[in-house]
Amino acid sequence: MTILLLAEHDNIALSELTARALTAASQMGDAVDILVAGQGAQGVAATAAQLAGVRRVLLAEAPALEQRLAEPTAALLVALAADYAAIVAPATSTGKNVLPRVAALLDVMQVSEIVEVVAPDTFKRPIYAGNAVQTVRSGDAVKVVTVRTAAFAPTASGETAVEIVTVTDAGDPGLSRFVENRFAATDRPDLGAARIVVSGGRALGSAEKFRETILPLADRMGAAVGASRAAVDAGYAPNDWQVGQTGKVVAPDLYIACGISGAIQHLAGMKDARIIVAINKDADAPIFQVADYGLVGDLFELVPELARQL
Amino acid sequence: MKVLVPVKRVVDHNVKIRVKGDGSGVDLANVKMSINPFDEIAVEEAVRLKEAGVATEIVVVSIGPVQAQDVLRTALAVGADRAILIRAEVMPEPLAVAKLLTAVVGREQPGLVLLGKQAIDDDSNQTGQMLSALLGWSQATFASRIAIAGDRATVTREVDGGLQVIDVALPAVVSVDLRLNEPRYATLPNIMKAKKKPLEEVPVGDFGIDVALRLTVLATEEPKLRGPGVRVASAAELVDKLKAEAGIL
Ligand SMILES: Cc1cc2nc3c(=O)[nH]c(=O)nc-3n(C[C@H](O)[C@H](O)[C@H](O)COP(=O)(O)OP(=O)(O)OC[C@H]3O[C@@H](n4cnc5c(N)ncnc54)[C@H](O)[C@@H]3O)c2cc1C
Ligand SMILES: Nc1ncnc2c1ncn2[C@@H]1O[C@H](COP(=O)(O)O)[C@@H](O)[C@H]1O
Repeated sequence: MTILLLAEHDNIALSELTARALTAASQMGDAVDILVAGQGAQGVAATAAQLAGVRRVLLAEAPALEQRLAEPTAALLVALAADYAAIVAPATSTGKNVLPRVAALLDVMQVSEIVEVVAPDTFKRPIYAGNAVQTVRSGDAVKVVTVRTAAFAPTASGETAVEIVTVTDAGDPGLSRFVENRFAATDRPDLGAARIVVSGGRALGSAEKFRETILPLADRMGAAVGASRAAVDAGYAPNDWQVGQTGKVVAPDLYIACGISGAIQHLAGMKDARIIVAINKDADAPIFQVADYGLVGDLFELVPELARQL
Repeated sequence: MKVLVPVKRVVDHNVKIRVKGDGSGVDLANVKMSINPFDEIAVEEAVRLKEAGVATEIVVVSIGPVQAQDVLRTALAVGADRAILIRAEVMPEPLAVAKLLTAVVGREQPGLVLLGKQAIDDDSNQTGQMLSALLGWSQATFASRIAIAGDRATVTREVDGGLQVIDVALPAVVSVDLRLNEPRYATLPNIMKAKKKPLEEVPVGDFGIDVALRLTVLATEEPKLRGPGVRVASAAELVDKLKAEAGIL
């Protein structure tokens, strides 16, 4: 069984999330090809070619693929699909945007955000914000699957690099045009792959206080910064920091929730962290039900104190 | 421009669901059901487009059991004009939903389909993308801002790195994210008025579309529970525990 894995990247660097999805793909079949769709992405292809267990890397370059817009990227995957038993992508905003389109064009039901490969056609996936886990078997000829990367360890890089094959893009129907990305530059680790995450909630009260309170602790620990939806909606933190059912799903070694109540939609994004610490002034806050270590008190005293103790 | 808004009836987002003891599924008996929160946002956006003179008519459509009338009435009460219920006793999967919606689009000829980015029961996040593919229309997912000018829409999307702005040709399928707007509440007079708005019912069989399930659910289980944690008295004690017990730091 041969599998095609869509690489996550920014044309400069290969995202570690690709190596995590590769772990899942490798459990589904005996050969995995990685597709790097982009523009000026040879370096990305070279990194992908070193991942252990990959058969070869396909590199497709075109202006319309630079941002992996849904229509041309799906068309490319569909054009390549005949050679594969499964199409796989990490469940990133790109994977989630593109893969259902591929599935529909192949007349296949996608299996979204798998957390375990039970058999090549059988997967576990969370439903109801992670309050239940389903085991589903796909009866479709081709499997189209997105992978919840937090549930899989990254595949390591091997010593040797496999072949990189250039493939032609499948054209651009010209329906959508990229205008701009509004991404804030940051030196912090990527939220999706960080070992430690420090998150703040509505309790922070303002963007200034969020910055003054949460960031020093995160910087002290070399941690990524997360936030609850309430904190993002209120403008204390940018949208790409949101953790939860509709934000990012993370599974770091350590997750520190500061002034977050622990709504099910937030827990959906972090309850698989190895160690959870909760800092909250309400001793009955639901977050304490999932916390390994709970600290009851005012975060504006406790968080700076914690940073000092480190 | 006519706007079509598909709305799904799902377990209310405040309900903590229970998995059945025999692993056969989720216990939905006597559980509060509501309109999917994302779809509520899609309806609100359609109503705002109508108030701004961009949309001329809002048609809402739901696929599901007879009780899905309730979510359609909710949508009518906040400003949708007309509703269609496609009666299906077994809830079809996103691919079949997308095929049924393709048929509805063929009949209604909307210039825009606005729908939720994900249904909070199956958490699939597929239907909009699939519909867009089947129609051959442009696709804009996870929208937190939509600006329509002539035959194009500029959509700000919530993506992993931050925000992405794309410009799409109409007709388009746009899936909405939570920060697009804050839905209004239906007022009592509007709830009364909604009872008189047209709600057409069509059996799913009339479409001649194969809605057989492609995914077989073999088991449904509770997620792994975390062991009970401990309370610590101070930041200093927390640091000690993280070092000594947890082996972190
Ligand atoms: C469809 C849907 C999807 C959603 N998706 C997400 C999602 O992806 N992610 C997400 O996070 N939420 C999501 N939500 C929202 C979720 O339901 C909650 O509303 C949200 O998580 C609450 O955020 P919060 O914990 O920061 O705020 P609150 O619930 O208001 O909690 C604030 C907490 O801070 C504590 N506190 C206050 N002051 C202090 C202080 N000085 N020191 C210490 N503690 C203090 C309080 O005791 C309280 O527990 C979603 C909701 C819906 C309906
Ligand atoms: N049975 C349904 N009836 C109407 N709309 C639906 C149905 N299922 C899904 N949708 C729409 O598709 C969106 C995404 O659903 P999903 O792909 O299941 O996560 C929802 O927010 C709805 O707008």
